[in-house]
Amino acid sequence: MTPSISNLANLFSRRAWIVFLCALALVVVVAPLTRMLPADHPLHFSDYLMLVIGKIMCYAMVAVAMDLIWGYTGILSLGHGLFFALGGYAMGMTLMREIGTQGQYGSVLPDFMVFLDWGDFPWYWAGSDSYLFAIVKILLVPGLLAYVFGYFAFRSRIKGVYFSIITQALTFAFMLLFFRNETGFGGNNGFTDFKRIFGYSLAEPATKTALFVITGVTLAALLMLCRYLVTSKFGRVLTAIRDAEGRAMFSGYNTKNYKLFVWTLSAVICGIAGALYVPQVGIINPSEMSPANSIEIAIWTAVGGRGTLTGALLGAGVVNGAKSWFTMAFPELWLYFLGALFIGVTLYMPKGLLGLFARRPVQRGK
Amino acid sequence: MTNMAGLPLRDEAEGETTGLAHNVVTGTIDTSHGTILYVEDVSVSFDGFKALNQLSLTLNAGELRCVIGPNGAGKTTMMDVITGKTRPDGGSVFLGQTVDLTRLNEYEIARIGIGRKFQRPTVFENHTVFENLELAMHADKGVWSSLFHKLSSLQREKIHRMLAQIRLTECVDTLAGLLSHGQKQWLEIGMLLMQDPQVLLLDEPVAGMTDEETERTAELFLSLAGKHTLVVVEHDMEFVASIARTVTVLHEGRVLAEGTMDQVKNDARVIEVYLGR
Repeated sequence: MTPSISNLANLFSRRAWIVFLCALALVVVVAPLTRMLPADHPLHFSDYLMLVIGKIMCYAMVAVAMDLIWGYTGILSLGHGLFFALGGYAMGMTLMREIGTQGQYGSVLPDFMVFLDWGDFPWYWAGSDSYLFAIVKILLVPGLLAYVFGYFAFRSRIKGVYFSIITQALTFAFMLLFFRNETGFGGNNGFTDFKRIFGYSLAEPATKTALFVITGVTLAALLMLCRYLVTSKFGRVLTAIRDAEGRAMFSGYNTKNYKLFVWTLSAVICGIAGALYVPQVGIINPSEMSPANSIEIAIWTAVGGRGTLTGALLGAGVVNGAKSWFTMAFPELWLYFLGALFIGVTLYMPKGLLGLFARRPVQRGK
Repeated sequence: MTNMAGLPLRDEAEGETTGLAHNVVTGTIDTSHGTILYVEDVSVSFDGFKALNQLSLTLNAGELRCVIGPNGAGKTTMMDVITGKTRPDGGSVFLGQTVDLTRLNEYEIARIGIGRKFQRPTVFENHTVFENLELAMHADKGVWSSLFHKLSSLQREKIHRMLAQIRLTECVDTLAGLLSHGQKQWLEIGMLLMQDPQVLLLDEPVAGMTDEETERTAELFLSLAGKHTLVVVEHDMEFVASIARTVTVLHEGRVLAEGTMDQVKNDARVIEVYLGR
C-alpha cells in the first residue's frame, strides 16, 4: 500500500470502518433502491422518513463541528446556529432566484421584495443567480465572520463563559438583523416556496433522493476530515490547549492560531450543513439564529459525548430522533424533556452516551 | 572557542562583533560576554503592590542558579516576566546580547530557547507520557506543520532516550493524569528538555517528591548545568544546599543578597527576613 492509502485506512479502527462503510452504503445504495419500491410496500422509504434522516444528517455535521471546537478545544460556542443559518441563507438566495417569475407576483424579484416595493435587487444580491457563487458564499460568509470574530476574541484572550456569552449575543444580534424586512432577506418569513435546484424540480422524488444522497456523502467526507484532524498532531495540540493552554504556549505553540483555525473550520462546516438543510426542508428563516437553537446544538454534543466525534453523531441522532417523535406525540413536553435530558447527562454521564462504553487509550509509544 | 553550551562563541577576532555593537543573528543567542540573561531594573506592580521593585540579576551561560526568598518575594513574578507572561512596567530583560524578551510573546520566548516549569506540575493529563514528550519536542510548531506532522525514527529515538532519562519508560503509554505527583514533575522537566532550551526556569521542581526522587532530581540538575543554564526556585533548603553554587535571595521584589550558600546563610539581612524566622 502507498503511504497515503495506509494513512486513510488508519483513520478508523477496523470495526469503525465496517460500521462507517455500512452506514454509507445504506444512505447511498439501499435508500435510493427502497425509494423505487411502490409506496404501499413495507420496505418503501417514505418522503417523511427521508426528510427526518436528511435533516438529522445535517444536524450531525453541526454536532461534529461543535465537537471540534468544544469537545476537543474546550471552547463552548453558543452561536453555532448562526453559521448554520448563514450557509442556509447563502443557498436560499440562489434558490429564490431560481423561482424566477413563478412567484405570486410574477416578478423576477422575490415576492418579499415586490411587497416592499423595491424596484431592483439590492447590491448584495448581485451574482445570487449563480450556484458557483452560492457555493463560494456558503463557505466564505460563515468562515469570514468566524475568522474576524475569532481573531479579536482570541487575541484578547477571551475564554470560557465570556466567550460563550458573546457568541450567544452574536447570533441574537444577527437574528434581530435578519428579522428586519429592510435587511433584504425576507424578514421573519425568510425564504420559502422554492421550486427548483440546479434546474431540477424540488417536488420530484428523484431530486429529493439526490439531495439525501449528497448530504450523506458530505457528512461522510466531513467526518473523515475531522477524524484526520483529531488523530493528527494538530488534534493533540487542540486537546493540549483544552487541558493546559499555558503549558501549550510555553511549549512554543501559538495557541491563538490553532484556536482560530479550528474555530473558522467549525463555522465553515456549519455553513455547509445549513446549505444542504435548506433545499430539503424548503425554508430558512431567522428563527434558525435564535439563541435556543445554538444551545440545542451544544446539547446534542454533550448528550452523545464530547471529544469523540462518534458521540456527536450519536447525540445529534438520538436527540433529534427523540424530538421528531416527541413533538408529534407530546408537543408541549418536548422542551421539558430536553432540559431534563441535559441536566441528567451533565450530572450522571459527563462523558455522554458514549461514556457508557469504556474506551482504551491509543498506544502510540511502542 | 566554545561556550559551556557547546555552541561556537563569536568574538571580535572573528570579526562578527565590533566594539560594543553586536550583530543580530536570528535564531541564535549571543553569549559572547558569557552572560545569557540580563534582568535590569525590572519593576512590576499589581494594583499598587510592587511585586518586583527594580530587580536586577544576571546569569552566566551554563550556570545553575538557585533563587530563594519568602513568599511574595517576587520569585514567580520574575519568571513570568522572563517568559513573557507578564509585561514589566519598567526595566529591560535581554537573552544574550541581542534578544529583547519584553518584546516577545510566550510562545516566541519558548521557541527561542527558554523552558519553564510551573509551580504546580502542569502536563497534558489526557495525553500519554509519549504524546506529552512528542508535543513538547523541538519542531516547527505552526498549524500547517502540525496538520501534516509525521514522527521520524530519529524523533522517536529522542523521545525514548528522554523517557529513560526521566525514568518513565515503563509509563510510555500511561495517561499523564494518572502519574504520581513526583512523576508528573519529572515528565514536565522532560518536556522542557525536549524543547532543547538554553535556559531552564524551574519553579519548585521537587515539591511533592519523595526523598529518593528529590535526590535523583538533584543529580539530574547537576548533570544539566553546563549544557543548559538553570534557574531553580525552591523552598526546600536541603535541596538548594545540595545543588547550589550561587544563591540569590529575593525580598520584596529585589535582590537582597547573592553568593554561595554559606555566604547568604551568614548574611545578617537574610537571617533577619528569611532564614531566621
